[in-house]
Amino acid sequence: MIGGLLLALSFAPLVAVIGCLLLRYPRICEALNLVASAVSFGCALPLPFLVDGRPTLFWGDYIIIDRASAWIILCTSIVYLLASLYAIGYMRLLDEDERLFRFYALFAGFGLTTLVGPLMNSVGIYWIAIELTTLVSTFLVAFERVAESMEAAWKYIMVVSAGISLALLGTVLFYWAGSFVLGPTYQMTWAVLTEAAPKMNPVLLLLAFLLVLVGFGTKVGLAPMHSWLPDAHSESPAPVSAMLSGALLNTAMIGIVRFLSITRAANIGKVPELALVAFGALSLLIGALFIVRQHGIKRLMAYSSIEHMGVVALGFGFGGPLGVGGALYHMLNHSLNKSLMFFGAGNMMRAYGTKEIMEIKGVGRNFPVQGSLWLAGAIAITGAPPFGLFLSEFTIMRAGLKPFFSWAVYVMAILLIVIFIGFMNHFRTMYYDAAATDPAPTGRVSAWCAVSMWLSLAPLLVLGLWWPAAVWSYLVSIAQSLSPGVP
Amino acid sequence: MLIQHLDPLASSLFSLLAIACLLLSFVMLGSRWLKNYLYAFAAESWIIAALSTAVGYYGNYPELYLIAILTVVFRGMLLPYLIWRIIRRHDVGREIHVILQPSTSLVVGAFFVMFALSVSFRVAAEFHLELTVAVLALTVMLSMKLIGFLMLATRHEAVSQVLGLLVLENGIFLGSQILVPGMPLLIELVILFDLLIIVACFGVLVGYLMTHVGTTSTLDLKRLVG
Repeated sequence: MIGGLLLALSFAPLVAVIGCLLLRYPRICEALNLVASAVSFGCALPLPFLVDGRPTLFWGDYIIIDRASAWIILCTSIVYLLASLYAIGYMRLLDEDERLFRFYALFAGFGLTTLVGPLMNSVGIYWIAIELTTLVSTFLVAFERVAESMEAAWKYIMVVSAGISLALLGTVLFYWAGSFVLGPTYQMTWAVLTEAAPKMNPVLLLLAFLLVLVGFGTKVGLAPMHSWLPDAHSESPAPVSAMLSGALLNTAMIGIVRFLSITRAANIGKVPELALVAFGALSLLIGALFIVRQHGIKRLMAYSSIEHMGVVALGFGFGGPLGVGGALYHMLNHSLNKSLMFFGAGNMMRAYGTKEIMEIKGVGRNFPVQGSLWLAGAIAITGAPPFGLFLSEFTIMRAGLKPFFSWAVYVMAILLIVIFIGFMNHFRTMYYDAAATDPAPTGRVSAWCAVSMWLSLAPLLVLGLWWPAAVWSYLVSIAQSLSPGVP
Repeated sequence: MLIQHLDPLASSLFSLLAIACLLLSFVMLGSRWLKNYLYAFAAESWIIAALSTAVGYYGNYPELYLIAILTVVFRGMLLPYLIWRIIRRHDVGREIHVILQPSTSLVVGAFFVMFALSVSFRVAAEFHLELTVAVLALTVMLSMKLIGFLMLATRHEAVSQVLGLLVLENGIFLGSQILVPGMPLLIELVILFDLLIIVACFGVLVGYLMTHVGTTSTLDLKRLVG
């Protein structure tokens, strides 16, 4: 049953890639990609219910599905579905019909690589899956073929490839550390490494973990390795930005988390957690500073992604059921919310024909329904109640209130308030500043775009008002499986 | 473990090849001509292939012969050819603007090697391997990593950045041949193939940069700030 679902989950986008390349007719490609994303979502939705406490392995142990990867895949498939819906409306505005089949082929390919990444059981193959997501998404970032998006694409592939090569070095060192315990040749899976970790050399293990953290941290967009992120997120088409932010970052984060659980099993002190917490706090700081003084609307959202990845990193760094559970819940909320924010930003960018916050005026008056959706999303993304992010950020803060990390909680609280003020100030400018002389924007928004915004806001509100006990116990069981050695 | 009881001849052969690789990356640091980078990279790949063969022979890992052949074909011939085509098509001969003069970067590179040596010595001491080829392998691996990053940071031609990236990968590959020769074949194969895709992607992107930005110098990529 699970095997069948996984096959369907990954074959649907693959079929869409091949179909788009063969048929090339824009309307068919749209439909193919949409169907593929719906099938993936349909397969990912039951996975968390089907997977029990023990991980299930397929294909000679190369594929792993455990509760953590089922959760990440669910987040990814939600964003993929929402972005595919939105893309239909948005990409038609670009007047690129003859190149559209390439977009959808790449988009489905991007969906495929981000969906299968968390399923990789071999550490080396996981690294390659992450590298492949970069290669596919580079061309999506470069899709608009203007100087800015070329620059963004170049920085993206360069910075991320260089960063991720550090992760490869770390992976090789992990293998080397394991080879003293397990002999020269063994299958480097997460479980095998975790089992061997207590006998590995602590110095080498720490060195390897720090390299991996910096490497995959580049991909996650943790400061100070974040420099590619604002460029790539702001210059790509809006559906791609949503996928980059809501799907790709989580896929890379799960790698860091798994490596962290290996070092936890080895019991080598607080340094790995502390490093992750420090990167998280720094990301929050960088996010806050750049959000306050931001001019570009999509760059604002990009820095907000850095901030939220910082929050997630803090949660995983704090550890324990509250920390890990809160971070996983935050991933889901952030995926939904950031999709909504990028969709809204894309619509406004098209309607007003500018990326500058200062030139977007009177959103609430000109777009009553969509404007309110976007504003609600902005309130949610800054972590205000009654939305899901409030709950998850609050849980993460509670997790950090313990002797070693309490400073990070205070830093986090202050920076979140700064971000709230800065973010809301930009929205005040866009919604309520007088703009009597400006002509109303001419662009109109298609139903596809509106539907996808509704679909991302509604669950966010539900998740904020009602955190089901079943979800909580599910997340706690993930936290337990990721903290081996801790009773 | 192979490196713990290695006969002296093999040990000195491995050392010789590793040091030759390190020297070739200094050739890249000391030059401004893209052709020189390319030849140095190709030569480095051939040496790594020789190293794989040697490790396969002395350590009795027959699958490394396959890796050696593929290294020659992919890293030694196909990748340099692809990059040579990019250079020829866009007519870029050398680095025009240098932040760091070649002589200065040689000195910086030397400091990197010292740093790498001290780190490797510390790590190897943990396993009582100070007197084996492991120290050298780690040193070369880390210092090629650092030199690659130095090239990425101080070179501006798109092509030399790609080569900088490939130096990073070469360093890891070289080190892993000596330290973990038993690494599963599948991973090594896929990484080799992955490199090919990366370079192909870079080729396409360099073309785009030329068409849409009008330059292949990354110094001119400064529109996106803040």
